[in-house]
Amino acid sequence: MSTTTSNLTEKTACELIQIQANNEASAETITRAFLDLIKAREPKVKSFLKINEETALATAKSIDLKRAKGEKLGLLAGVPIAVKDNICIKGTATTCGSKILENFIPPYDAHVTEKLQQADAVIIGKTNLDEFAMGSSTENSAYQTTRNPWNLDCIPGGSSGGSAAAVAACEAPISLGSDTGGSIRQPASLCGIVGLKPTYGRVSRYGLVAYASSLDQIGTFSHDVADTALLLKVIAGKDERDSTCTSNDVPDYTKSLDVPVKPFTIGVAKEYFAGGLDPEVEKSVREALDVLKSKGATIKEISLPHSAYAIATYYLVATAEASSNLARYDGVHYGHRSKDHKNLIDMYCKSRGEGFGSEVKRRILLGNYSLSSGYIDAYYLKALKVRRLIRDDFDKAFAGCDVVAGPTSPTCAFKVGEKSSDPLAMYLSDIYTISCNLAGIPGISIPCGFNSKNLPIGLQLLGAPFSEEKLLRIARMYEKETNWHLKRAKVC
Amino acid sequence: MAITKEQIQWIAHLSRLELKPDELALAATQLTSILDYINQLQQINTDNIEPLAHALDVSNVFREDDLKESLAVDEALANAPNRQGNFYGVPAILE
Repeated sequence: MSTTTSNLTEKTACELIQIQANNEASAETITRAFLDLIKAREPKVKSFLKINEETALATAKSIDLKRAKGEKLGLLAGVPIAVKDNICIKGTATTCGSKILENFIPPYDAHVTEKLQQADAVIIGKTNLDEFAMGSSTENSAYQTTRNPWNLDCIPGGSSGGSAAAVAACEAPISLGSDTGGSIRQPASLCGIVGLKPTYGRVSRYGLVAYASSLDQIGTFSHDVADTALLLKVIAGKDERDSTCTSNDVPDYTKSLDVPVKPFTIGVAKEYFAGGLDPEVEKSVREALDVLKSKGATIKEISLPHSAYAIATYYLVATAEASSNLARYDGVHYGHRSKDHKNLIDMYCKSRGEGFGSEVKRRILLGNYSLSSGYIDAYYLKALKVRRLIRDDFDKAFAGCDVVAGPTSPTCAFKVGEKSSDPLAMYLSDIYTISCNLAGIPGISIPCGFNSKNLPIGLQLLGAPFSEEKLLRIARMYEKETNWHLKRAKVC
Repeated sequence: MAITKEQIQWIAHLSRLELKPDELALAATQLTSILDYINQLQQINTDNIEPLAHALDVSNVFREDDLKESLAVDEALANAPNRQGNFYGVPAILE
């Protein structure tokens, strides 16, 4: 085996595409390499809820055949990809990490699933998540807790922890997740990889199981920014089945990626460096800012005065929407139905009581409480007003800077069990990621160092709505100066 | 302000959610502390601020009312916990 094809599983998607174009390895060989590593590492990492060995190999073989015949190939031809288990694939179980959907087989594909298939990607499996994407550690999954590939005693972050750990453990070169309050960026940061939450409306949510519809957005995981640009190009764009998905043109993110942005201004919000930030995380993030400064960035101190209220606002808006979205799990149309019930109402109550886990129940209760008569003005409507103030803060910031930079997460990965009994402490781990969803703007987390215990640290860059192209170019400028994105976890 | 078990019981009923006694007690404690935290929002003056339900300006999207193929009956009912003919079976609603 030549050096280009050794360690196939450590390659990026762009490298795997090149390896196939050079006839150095087939899609089948690549897919088998990833399936073999999944078999070896899954007992430790537990990223996947389902591995599609047969269909993945069949897809890979069909792509090799297409190539042999000289047919036109898609942008992700022969590249394995893992998909979060709240994104529908027709005929493949989609559990959302919940017992209530244990036997649910979607009768249709999500828009992004269709896009991956059209791009000739090889969908290798479905990844673990906090139940209904509610959590920051995957400990709320009804099936298993995923482990951080850098330290198996630690959580990978969440809710897209399975998708993040799969890429960090080289079980897949790229993956899809969803981000409602940080569920892509926080696990990307904790697992030492790149995670992008696009602008709200950039990627269709059709076929993504709804949690909080005004905040949910599908996004990407990869080892580097070049793969992020490629994957975003594949999944972005209009879909009439999601009326919030915009018809704004999708730029060719890959084409402009290596063109540096010059000159540019980075806003550094003083609120993102306040109490609660781990000193080692702060040090790495400040060093990353220095790197960007050396590439021509002007650093400007800014203020996002309402960011301190983002978590409180989020837990009203998100839970209110969730309480409504999750009303559909009633044991009638699909999902778990209790065997033991006295009448229709009792059947609803028991099916939901048996099917949902504790965090989901907590959020449904909080959501319905804040929407209930006598409380809606003080809670839900108040939160929507503060949401406008949070968005206005960003509008003002982006009038004077190209991106806002700071830490993605206040700490590195924490131990399994460390925060699982204290919901509020868990919520606070999303303090820097959550306002991005409330404002609908894009955000990316890129690796920017390790702490003294060899746990990864992430730099978050936030941009104005639909500024992904610029965001990726600035992220790429940083990446080219550093080696963090080349590190691979040993998983032991 | 403490949330009582009775309040939780009422919200759980509205949510069509059966809670075991220990879940009920825990929910009361946890929701009380979460709402205590959330109450910091009351410090902010939001007079004359319009609520923001959606981050981006979105307006209603219309499409032509064309006839299109939809999910076949068997596919739509494939996940039903109780299928009766071409219907979903449920416990009797009228006694």
